[in-house]
Amino acid sequence: MTPIATGLWTEEAAPRLIGGKRKSDGEIIFPMPDGDAADDYVAVPLSRTGTLWSWTIQSFPPKSPPYTGPAAFEAFALGYVELPGEVIVEARLTQGHGLSIGMAMELVIVPFDEARSTYAFAPQELSV
Amino acid sequence: MSGVCIVGIGIHSFGRTEGRSGRDQGVFAVRQALADAGIEWRDVEFAYGGSSAAGAADLMVNELGLTGIPIINVANGCATGGSSLAATYAGIASGEFDIGLAVGFDKHPRGAFNADPAEYGLPQWYGETGLMLTTQFFATKIQRYMGLYGITQTTLGRVAEKALANGALCDHAWRRSPMDLESILAAPMINDPLNKYMFCSPAEGGVALILASEKKARALGKPIIRLKTAVMRTRPPGSFEVFASSISVNRGVSPTVLASKAAFEKAGIGPEDIDVAQLQDTESGAEIMHMAENGFCRDGDQEAWLAEGRTRIDGALPVNTDGGCLACGEPVGASGLRQVYENVVQLRGSGGARQVPNQPKTAYTHVYGAPGVSAVTILER
Repeated sequence: MTPIATGLWTEEAAPRLIGGKRKSDGEIIFPMPDGDAADDYVAVPLSRTGTLWSWTIQSFPPKSPPYTGPAAFEAFALGYVELPGEVIVEARLTQGHGLSIGMAMELVIVPFDEARSTYAFAPQELSV
Repeated sequence: MSGVCIVGIGIHSFGRTEGRSGRDQGVFAVRQALADAGIEWRDVEFAYGGSSAAGAADLMVNELGLTGIPIINVANGCATGGSSLAATYAGIASGEFDIGLAVGFDKHPRGAFNADPAEYGLPQWYGETGLMLTTQFFATKIQRYMGLYGITQTTLGRVAEKALANGALCDHAWRRSPMDLESILAAPMINDPLNKYMFCSPAEGGVALILASEKKARALGKPIIRLKTAVMRTRPPGSFEVFASSISVNRGVSPTVLASKAAFEKAGIGPEDIDVAQLQDTESGAEIMHMAENGFCRDGDQEAWLAEGRTRIDGALPVNTDGGCLACGEPVGASGLRQVYENVVQLRGSGGARQVPNQPKTAYTHVYGAPGVSAVTILER
């Protein structure tokens, strides 16, 4: 599958999102900016795990454009995940049930449509 | 500095008006405001105004008359009305002009707003993957707030119940039918925890306000309603805003907090002195959070406030007495001015069935929108 855009996550066995760290004060944003704004930032891989900051369910099809998801719309969950000490990132979530603020989450790469993949966070499996 | 008064108000009913353009709804409101002030278009010395999706305000001279006055088009997103008013206020407070117009109007297509990522400086994939919806921002903001401060779904429902009850009493409102709490809570979910009746809809409408120096207002023989202050602020570091692909871990306050503090300082009064308030209620949760962000209560107090009916028309601090955005819909360019219109009605005591009792003396408005703008006014009679 082709990533929905280049430069969003690293190409490694356990991918990490790529943020931008501002040179002046260390503030991290996601995604890494492009164009002239990129001059002020250094690309940094972000933590794969964090905690759920907030969430919602997208119950109706977003307007197209800009949305380019599959024609047969299925509701999806999305939210914000706090990567401790780094940044709070917005992402799709792999499930809409059993979510609660503060729960442990980890990054996964998931299909967006038949050809493209995107990033998402899934509840972290409890280690046995 | 001259004192600034509101001497004329006009409104075109909010909702859907087939066959009438947004600008024509603005012209309708201007004519009503001129008649209310008892003046002619040729008496107006300058104007600020605009819309988000219905064209420029300066074209209104085609209908109103080619008097040659300066008209400045304002396109400032959800703060278009608030910015127009702040600029008109400044034109009169400075002593440059004696009488001016702030006008806002709009006409949006049905359904949620669809935004172009490039216009907001965002990458295309952000919109493509379905993350660029204003409703998601409101849902995730109130979801976290509910978790932190113990606000329940029932309280979200109570806000919608109050809005529809007030809208039923208001002739410029769009939604004119009250609904019971149980039915509201049973509606289909849009973005958890917010359901169908907890969101406002894009709509149509127009509002015009005639402002005058205090000297001019007295000459016109109008009741003196002073615009004590009109301020607009943009977002500070660490605020959480619409279309945020990331948020800082160093959390900050919202632009509303900045605008509110500045307005109270300039007016020389505090939240406890306000008799009636119109607060941005894009959805039920926004009204709840904005009660605290504007300093009217502490975070979490809203649960009790709503249960006790403290923000109803007969409550200690009536909020959104015309049903707010939830009952009136949101024509972006007109919405902030509608709040001020409603406050003038309340301060004049001409609210009819929705009149706040005990002759309110002070009134507060707050508008908020993308991408992190907020405008506040304080009126006093």
